[in-house]
Formats: sequence, C-alpha cells, structure tokens
Amino acid sequence: MKPSTSSFALNVALKAALLFVLLNLAYISTNPSSSLGRISAYNHLFPGRHRLPYGDNPERSYNLSLYNLDAMFASHEIAAGEKPVDEYRIVIIGDSSTWGFLLSPHETLTSQINRGRYQLEDGRLLRAYNLGYPVMSLTKDLLILVRALRYEADLIVWSFTLESFPYNKQLFPPLLQNNPAVVNELISDHQLTLEPLALQPSQPIWERSILAQRRDLADVLRLQLYGVLWAATGIDQDIPVEFPSRQEDLSADSSFHDLQPPQLRESDLALEVIEAGVRLASDIPVLLVNEPVFISQGQNSDVRYNFYYPRWAYDDYRKIMTQQAASRSWMYFDFWDAVPSQEFTNTAIHLTPTGTRMLAESIAAAILKVAEASR
Amino acid sequence: MTIIQVFVLAGISLIAAWRAPHRWRPVILAGASLLALYGLQPSTSIRHLDFWLPTASIFLTSLVWVVTRHSSVSWRQTLPTLAGLSLLVVGVGLTRYTGKLCCITPTRPPPLLSILAALALVAVIAWLLSRVPYRNLLVGAVLLIVLGVFIVLKQENLGRAASAILRQAAGQNPSLSSALDLRWLGFSYLAFRLLHILRDAQSGKYSPASLSEFVTYSLFFPTLTAGPLDRIERFRGDLRSAVQPRYANISEGSYRILLGLFKKFVLADSLSLVALNASNTPQVSAGMWTWILLYAYSLRIYWDFSGYTDVALGLGRILGFRLPENFNAPYLKSNLTAFWNSWHITLAQWFRAYFFNPTTRALRTKQAALPAWAIIFAGQISTMLLIGLWHGLTWNFAIWGLWHGIGLYVHNRWSAWVRPRLGNSQERGLAQRGITLVGWLLTFNYVSLGWVWFALPNPGLSWLALGKLLGFSA
Repeated sequence: MKPSTSSFALNVALKAALLFVLLNLAYISTNPSSSLGRISAYNHLFPGRHRLPYGDNPERSYNLSLYNLDAMFASHEIAAGEKPVDEYRIVIIGDSSTWGFLLSPHETLTSQINRGRYQLEDGRLLRAYNLGYPVMSLTKDLLILVRALRYEADLIVWSFTLESFPYNKQLFPPLLQNNPAVVNELISDHQLTLEPLALQPSQPIWERSILAQRRDLADVLRLQLYGVLWAATGIDQDIPVEFPSRQEDLSADSSFHDLQPPQLRESDLALEVIEAGVRLASDIPVLLVNEPVFISQGQNSDVRYNFYYPRWAYDDYRKIMTQQAASRSWMYFDFWDAVPSQEFTNTAIHLTPTGTRMLAESIAAAILKVAEASR
Repeated sequence: MTIIQVFVLAGISLIAAWRAPHRWRPVILAGASLLALYGLQPSTSIRHLDFWLPTASIFLTSLVWVVTRHSSVSWRQTLPTLAGLSLLVVGVGLTRYTGKLCCITPTRPPPLLSILAALALVAVIAWLLSRVPYRNLLVGAVLLIVLGVFIVLKQENLGRAASAILRQAAGQNPSLSSALDLRWLGFSYLAFRLLHILRDAQSGKYSPASLSEFVTYSLFFPTLTAGPLDRIERFRGDLRSAVQPRYANISEGSYRILLGLFKKFVLADSLSLVALNASNTPQVSAGMWTWILLYAYSLRIYWDFSGYTDVALGLGRILGFRLPENFNAPYLKSNLTAFWNSWHITLAQWFRAYFFNPTTRALRTKQAALPAWAIIFAGQISTMLLIGLWHGLTWNFAIWGLWHGIGLYVHNRWSAWVRPRLGNSQERGLAQRGITLVGWLLTFNYVSLGWVWFALPNPGLSWLALGKLLGFSA
C-alpha cells in the first residue's frame, strides 16, 4: 500500500534529523577540526601565502583572520613540500611590523631579505619565511614558534619591541584565547608565570559539534576560496591609499601600562618567554632583534619617544635586554634607531618599504654573521 | 532576503496554507503580502521613505486597478478591501506609537496625521480618476507614470535628482542625495506586472479582477524581490482554485525552498568571494585567472537568481500556487536562443509579448515592408537592448543587451543557413553530438563574456577585463 503523503513527509523529516544527529555525533567523537585545517588548497592548487592569514577587510584584501593554527600554517608557503637542499631556511617571527602592516607581500621584511639573494660560503641561499602576526605579545610569538619548528628552520629571527613584554599583554590576543589547550601546555611545559587560560572543562559536548563549530569551519572554507584571489592578484591585505600618520606630538604622560617611573624592573617583563623560545629552538640559533621604533621630535618628545613608550621605560628596557642577552648568551641585536623617523607609517613600529629595506639589510648582515658562526 | 526572512515567510505560508479557510485566502494573502512589503523594504537615508515607498506601491497598484476596473466589478464589493487596505496602512503607521514593539518598517513610520492626509489625497485622486470618461487615455497616462517612475529609479542622475527633492521635502540636506536613497523593494517587478495589466487593458485582453485579487497578484509576497513575472489570468486561476492536497504542496514547496537556500546562501554567496567585480578586475595579474573569476561570476549570478526564484516558487507552492519557472538549466543549452528560452524566462516572455511581437508585426505590415532579416535584426536588437536597460539605464547594461541581441541575430541567421545543409538527424549522429558540444561551449563562453558588461559598473573596466581575458592587456 502506498504510504500517505503525511507519513512520507514525517519519514523524510525523521530521517533527515537522524542523519543530522549522527553526522554531528561522528564529528564530536572524531574532533576533526585540526585534520580538516591541514587539508588546504594552498601549496597545491594555489601558491602558498607569503604571510599568515590576517585581514582587516576580507572583501578587499581577500584575506581573513582565523584561529585554526593548522589551517593558518597550511596556507603558508613554508608548508609547501620538502625544504630544498640549497636553502638556508630562516623563520622570522614577530608582530605587525614583521608581518608587514600597510606593506604588500613583496615589500615585507622577509621579501626584502630574499630579494638580496644572500648566500652563505657553502653556497646555500638565505630564504626567509614571514611568520609574523599582527599583534604584540611574546607568548603569541612563542605559540607560532612551536609550530614553525616543524618546518626545518636553520635559523630563527625573533623580532620584538617593548610593547610585547608586559605580563598583562601576554594572553590577550584572540589567537591565544582561541587555542587555550596549546597555550596552557606551553605555560606548563615552560613553567611560565602566566595564569593558564580557562579551558572550560564543563564545556557541553555539543560545543564540539558541526553546528557549534560552523563559523570556524566556514572560516577555513573561506580561506580556501580566497586562495583563488590570492593566486589571481597576489594581494593579501587591503592597503589604504591614505592613512593617519604616526603621532608626532605626544602627551606628557610618563606612564607605561600600569608602571610609573623611575625604573623598569626585569620582573616587569616576560623575559621567561624569550628564554622558553630559545630553549625550545634547542640547537637552532635564535637571533633576537629589538625592532626599530619611531623617535619623535614633536611636543613632549622629551618625555616620550613615541606614542607607545616613555623615554625612561624604553631606555631601561634596552639596558635590561642588553644585560640579559649577555648573561644568558642570547644573540641579541638592538636596531631600535636603525631607521630614520620619516620611514614610519601609521604607528611607531610600522615601516615604509624603504624603512623595511634598511632594516632587512641590517638583519641580513646579522643573519650572515650568526649563520657563518654557527656552521 | 535574509535566511531569517525566508523562514519567517515560510512560516507565514505554512500557517496560511494550513489554517486559512478558502474564502478568506485572497484576503489573508493580500494582508500577508502587504505586511511583507513593509517588512522587507530596506531602510533608506531619507526620513520615513521606507514607509512611503511600500505605501506608494500599494497606492500605485490601487490606481492601476481603478483605471482598469471593469464595470462588472462594483464599488460596493470593493469597499471592504479598500477599507482593509487603508486600515493596514494606518496600522503599520500606528506602530510608530507602540514603543519597544515598533516597527514593521526598518525605521519609525511618519506621524499618523500625514498618513491620513496621504490616504485622503489618494482617495480623492482615485475618485476623480473613476469619473474620467476617456478610459483609454487615462490608462495611457498611468502607463506613462509607471514607466516614468521606473526610468527615474533606473537612471542614476534622475535618481539623484529625485532623492534631492525628497530630501528637501523631508527637511534633510539635499546635497547628500544619492540614487541609492531610492531603494524601492520589488519595483522593477511591480512595474512590469502593472504594465502588463495596462497594456492588456488598452488592447481589450484584460479580464477584470477584484481589488483583493489584483493587489495579491501585484504584490504577492513570495515574488516581491526576484519575481517571477506571472500573468494575472494564470495567477488568478491558482488563487481561486481549491488547494489540494496540502501535504504534497508543503513537501514540494519545502524542498524547493531548501534547494533555493542552498543555491543562494551556500553556492552563490561562496562564489561571490571570488567572482569578477569592480575591485578585483584591475588587480588580477593574468588572463587565466580573469577567466576563472568570470566563470565564478557566471555561476554565482545563476545560483543567486535561481536560488531566490526557487524560494519564491517554494513559498508559492506551499500556498497552493504553481508560479511559472524562471530558469531551465540555461547553462546547458547549446545555442543562445535556447539560453534565452531558459534564462529569466518570464522576463523574456514579457518582452516577447509586449515589445518583440508587436514591433516585428508592425514592421511586417508597413507599406514598404522590410526584408525578413532586417525585421529580425531590428526586433532582436531592440528587445535585448530594452532587457538590458530594464536592469538599469547605464552604458554597460545597454552594451550587455546589444551583446545578446547581436548573438541572437547571428544564431538566427546561422540556423537558417545551416539547417537545410545538414541531413536529417539520424544521418547526423556523431556529427550532431559534436555540433551540440561545440555549440554549448560557444554559448556558455559567449554568455560569460557578456557578463563582463553586466558585472562591472563602467565600460572602461569592462574593456580592461576583456583585454585581460583575450590577452590584450596585462
């Protein structure tokens, strides 16, 4: 007997609901987010990105910010196949200055180093990979460093500025907040004096379902789609024609975060994170770079160097870093004034292409020195 | 329409299909359509315009009904509908005073007094029009008004000028006027439905409809945003017939809605990230990638439009309507004529009925009759030009129309030349399959190249894209 239309509709609805539940249960039990992130059209259908995905305006720059580390790295050119035998691989980690904010992918620090076609005495060519990410936190750098170590680096360049050091800045980046398990592992393995991120142990199981993770999954899918435009245009960041210039006239405020003059103490800075990074790198040399900052000549420039730093704090920081590098045998290069003021763009750390080239030349010289010494 | 809006409309349709007694069906559908008209209207930067535009749609629809009204439809029968329409407009306006419950419209409606004044004005105009003896002249005048409003909305400079006038009337700065201020929900489709009625009334083909049927046809909520363009006789048949069986309608309609949502919100919206547009055209570095972006646009526009159509057809199906199909696998067709018989079918049929056929008939019956090829050329070029301009009065839409007009003419002449030279279909066999395949490739690429004019805002960008596609520029 032919079933009635109503029972047919009910059957369809029930079967659809059952399939939906089963699919979600399978997803919860296998938790494939990480594996799915590793499946990437980049480096296969499209060339790998020169820098990690980050986008203020995805529609214009065909790039977006997401928090799936596997997907981020899988889209990067560093994940493209085997390392060539004639390559001396340099991984550069750091903040937006390293990532190249307001710069095209071909104007960034790594691109300028690669353009120099520097060669070691054994014939290997220096090839720098941009693993900077636009937010200032040493712990964020550490998180990226852990991943970067999977890619056979010969040397690591860690570029930072004082703003990445305060303890209250360490765990605020959304990239860390959205990867609490990995961050907490870092904190515990290296006994960092940071408060572990809430892991939500009572997180309901359905939070791991397709339904709950649909936005993350959609981000991974969107990243793949943007690969078409990355391949077609070579653009990965919307660069406005006009932007507000870095602040020349400054406030008379001499505080730095919640710290007051006269003295910055070592314990105010998350030096232990640097130490953890150097330890993690093991026998891979780590070149630490204090990146250039804008030095203002405007109002209250006797109090502050720039928008970020009062003079007393920044001077103390440089002294501390020099002392710590000497006592802990860090390879530390202080390029704080290596770039003239006119080569800064919208903030006290973002450089023009010319400024970036100047820094690239300084860093390349340091790399060559360290690389030859460590062979 | 957003997904939420689609689900709300589907819910309304389900309730209407399930619970509404048959005799109340036109009234319920008219009411739901009018509420949807206000609810779906996008906000505009001119004060209260998001109330006045849907209200103007209702007024214009009523006006057309008045001038095309047949003496067999009495005013007495119509009074309850008129009262209902007025009450609904006032009711929507009253949401201004409902505090946190405000409003159906995107922004607060105007004060009650101005709504009542507008209603009174429309009532006086309608009364005066119903007294005018020169009915054909009146129909012609209203036809020109509808066309005039359509042209103002489709031409950027005129739109900006109208926006400046409206801004001034609303006490806002006219120097900030923009054609985008006049985002009138569904007017392109409403205008063509009204023009169909007016032209049929002029030629004596129009059979009278009650005001509630007329309003439901013109402003039927599933078809407000993206058609299809139905004919009133067919629509009225569905409206008057009993809806049976409901479960079949609901399951078929739901399937169609889900299919439409998938096409629009999964396929089309994903492809929109990589489809050819004004910002990526100058940025693309190589011709191959420009082709990929162009193909992405071709698929996106199809899935976007046909997705919305599926939603409209699905909503209609739930309510017991078999709205006409607008697409029939157009990209699988092996010639341009077949493509235009399966792409935006109802619009093409509208132009065929109200422009192409009368034009070619007129050209054939002229004393110094033109040769057949010239009549076909003039008819196809002018029809496609108008179809292009229906989307907007810009150079690019005009060129897009001409592109297809020329393509259709070339195909027409080619078919006329090749048909007698090919043997019967059994003899052709493999050759026929080869011709079909080549035809499909040519048609799809010709249509895709045509989208270069449609997708981009000005000829300069389109030439740049074409240059990259054909290898003339980097």
